[in-house]
Amino acid sequence: MAEKVLMKGNEALAEAAIQAGCHHFFGYPITPQTELAAYMAKRMPKIGGTYLQAESEIAAVNMVLGASAAGVRAMTSSSSPGISLKGEGISYMAGSDLPAVIINVQRGGPGLGGIQPSQADYWQATKALGHGDFQILVFAPSTVQEMVNLVSDAFDKADQYRMPAMILADGMLGQMMEPVELPEKKEQTAIEKPWAACGHEGKRKHNIVNSLYLTPNALESLVRERYERYETIKANEQRAEEYRTEDADVIVVAYGASSRVARSAVNKAREEGLKVGLVRPITLWPFPTDAIQRAAKQAKHLLVVEMSMGQMVDDVRLAVEGSVPVSFYGRTGGIIPTPKEVLGEIKKLLK
Amino acid sequence: MKDLNMVFAGFGGQGVLFAGKVVAYAGLIEGRELSWLPSYGPEMRGGTANCSICLSDEPIGSPLVTNPNVLIAMNRPSLDKFVNDVEPGGVILLDSSLIDVKVERDDVTTYYVPASTLAEENGLKGLANIILVGKLFKEVGFCSAETLDKALQKCIPARKAAMLDFNRKAIEIGSAL
Repeated sequence: MAEKVLMKGNEALAEAAIQAGCHHFFGYPITPQTELAAYMAKRMPKIGGTYLQAESEIAAVNMVLGASAAGVRAMTSSSSPGISLKGEGISYMAGSDLPAVIINVQRGGPGLGGIQPSQADYWQATKALGHGDFQILVFAPSTVQEMVNLVSDAFDKADQYRMPAMILADGMLGQMMEPVELPEKKEQTAIEKPWAACGHEGKRKHNIVNSLYLTPNALESLVRERYERYETIKANEQRAEEYRTEDADVIVVAYGASSRVARSAVNKAREEGLKVGLVRPITLWPFPTDAIQRAAKQAKHLLVVEMSMGQMVDDVRLAVEGSVPVSFYGRTGGIIPTPKEVLGEIKKLLK
Repeated sequence: MKDLNMVFAGFGGQGVLFAGKVVAYAGLIEGRELSWLPSYGPEMRGGTANCSICLSDEPIGSPLVTNPNVLIAMNRPSLDKFVNDVEPGGVILLDSSLIDVKVERDDVTTYYVPASTLAEENGLKGLANIILVGKLFKEVGFCSAETLDKALQKCIPARKAAMLDFNRKAIEIGSAL
């Protein structure tokens, strides 16, 4: 086993990407993810990779599109306002069936908002990152170690399903340090990419990477094919952690930073003899409907906790189909809820 | 060992984040669960800076410490900001060369450490933070002496190797108080 090291979340995301065979990074600075790009700037030249600070977020995401079209693993990262700018490129990648990893270290919004941690980009990540019918994979780590593990998985799944994948982190996870064990280095191209436009030397027909289809029938059948893939993903790739839920009367649902706060609250509640558990979605798309439905069968009440005005709560309500009441508690604008506040909400529901 | 939920706070530049890092590395070396969360943003320039450090034998929940059982305060605004959040039975260490008030709580243990003056007198300018870590080590014993020295070695980059002995001296002064 590799020795554990202490790393900031942002740095760990960067190193994990390199270990996952990503040798092409295109970025543009923005708080609170700048350490990620800074780390890449230092490391990439040493391994013969590409670090490029583009002239804008839009340029950076389109460079990722280009690199991905050529068959290599590529990544970009930003924080909320910057991710909005990348939306166009992400839609084009989805429409071109290109894999890529995009990291969002969320901060408060809307607009320029603030620079403190937030989870107010859930809707954007899972439902509306750009125009058109499409989904991307969305992973929500809650520890620095999980950030490392999920970056690697995001690259693998993006390649496997030929679609963009996002790591939806936040300022707290990006800035904090925790012990991490870095994985073994992977080969740059984990799977064959026969579709890549990387030069054919006259040995085969040339590949075209494109998202423009002027014939409605052609476009519809492509989108339908993509949605069949999405169904496979929904069936096979849902991930969630179920914590102390076996006998729980109230189950808290929270992801990322707020799930850590929720976990503290759940432990505190258990110390007081209250039957409380936690479901922590690890994939936000596909949403872990199965785990939420199990929770709805067990508990009398679900409580969704987010650092937003309530976004994931929509998906929880859709999943439970009205079978149990779903309450919401959130802080926004860069405020991290405290375990005490969450425990207070839990107790209200148990009354 | 009991869980330590710590806040180190002071002016930007006093090295509260670095002090927190030393304690975090001590946790890493001893294989414990830990987290280190800095304040970030404009407040770091001349304003107040702080970090939350959790050391535990269980996985860390929220890394944001809202009710510390250890507070290191290196200036008055930091003390004012956090003093009432400290858990009953908790420990407060403050730099008494820069903070001229007393803690008016009798349910916490307060150590008044003239850290900045001691640093100045011993030719350790800028190491008041580490003197306080030394005192914390003595009073709370968050790791072994050997670990603490290793943690210093981890935190001080090779190009600043000359600083290691100054830091060791600061720990010595703090833990002798």
